[in-house]
Amino acid sequence: MSMNRRDFLAAGGAAVAGTALLPGLKLIELAQARSPDEAVTSLHRWGLLIDASQCATGCDACVTACHEENGVTDEGNPATDAQWIRKVTLKDKQTGFVQTLPMMCLHCEHPPCVDVCPTGASFKRADGIVLVDKHICIGCRYCMMACPYKARSFIHENITDQKHNAPRGKGTVESCTLCVHKVDRGDGTTACAEACTKEGHQAILFGDLKDPNSEISMRLAAQPSKQIRADLGLNTGVRYQNI
Amino acid sequence: MGLLAAGMLAVAGPAGASDKDASAKAGRVPTPVIKVHKGDKCVEPTEVMRRDHMNMILHQRDETMHRGIRSSKHSLKECINCHADPVTNSVLGPEGFCEACHTYAAVSMDCFSCHTPTAESKAAALGDGDRLLNMIQNGRRAPEVRP
Repeated sequence: MSMNRRDFLAAGGAAVAGTALLPGLKLIELAQARSPDEAVTSLHRWGLLIDASQCATGCDACVTACHEENGVTDEGNPATDAQWIRKVTLKDKQTGFVQTLPMMCLHCEHPPCVDVCPTGASFKRADGIVLVDKHICIGCRYCMMACPYKARSFIHENITDQKHNAPRGKGTVESCTLCVHKVDRGDGTTACAEACTKEGHQAILFGDLKDPNSEISMRLAAQPSKQIRADLGLNTGVRYQNI
Repeated sequence: MGLLAAGMLAVAGPAGASDKDASAKAGRVPTPVIKVHKGDKCVEPTEVMRRDHMNMILHQRDETMHRGIRSSKHSLKECINCHADPVTNSVLGPEGFCEACHTYAAVSMDCFSCHTPTAESKAAALGDGDRLLNMIQNGRRAPEVRP
């Protein structure tokens, strides 16, 4: 990944600041301990690495955990109910080999949903998380059509009993937020990754793609991985292995 | 003109009239029920809050949504945590802190078509033990615990 001049200067400035700190306190620890009144920066880019070979057929712990964490409810309309994450089954017709993997918003570096949004509601945060600002979303659903991954859902019903960290309401579009409230809190994981690890599958790894020492960066550097529809040149923040 | 002045007084009633004014028109002008359950002062003086709370929430909304700033001083979540009725655990309802006044002033509010009107439980607000343990193990600073 090439670095533009601005990123280079920002990283350089931070590195200089890091050297003046107490010995033992590394820059990354300092950065992750962002206080609640500091803005997010492009020093991080959050992403997921999903190992499809570890994803168990029939297990939907990630889907359940996500929908529990974010209060995504079943409204009894399967055709239109919101899905922030779903399990996809792939079958090789020639060999009969079947595998499953979770799909969600892939948090593109160049998100088509942001390009088409007429109000600026669909946006990418400095740390790479693609979100919908429901305050200014008019529910036109252009982003749903633009997304090549079918990651977004529209809310058709009045919603009550929302979670405190995930406001949801009729007439707006929504999708995976990469558990942005957990990221901002410094949990260092997402509900889906947490649930997958708890189930013992370890198929989902959350981390900082811009930190060369993070587990996700080291695995991406050492092992083969794929972007889904890499031909679109979107540089997804969620990457897959063994598909 | 007199009618206009009376109208302005009625609007000013819940929004900054002095005690003297309030007592002068008590009995003739209905006033909203404002129940304050916690603390002796808000994050800003009462007069400022009555006039400008919507601007503060609007400003904080953009800061949180787009820049990830989650300080609690002007956040809607903290408004609700402090002002929720202890019985209903909500800022809505006939005597709820938000709804009582907004109904009186005939000003609609859209916050609660998406945001929950209920206060967070204390355990949820502070985070569970596992999370703190994770943070300590990962060498991160635990979040500031607010009273």
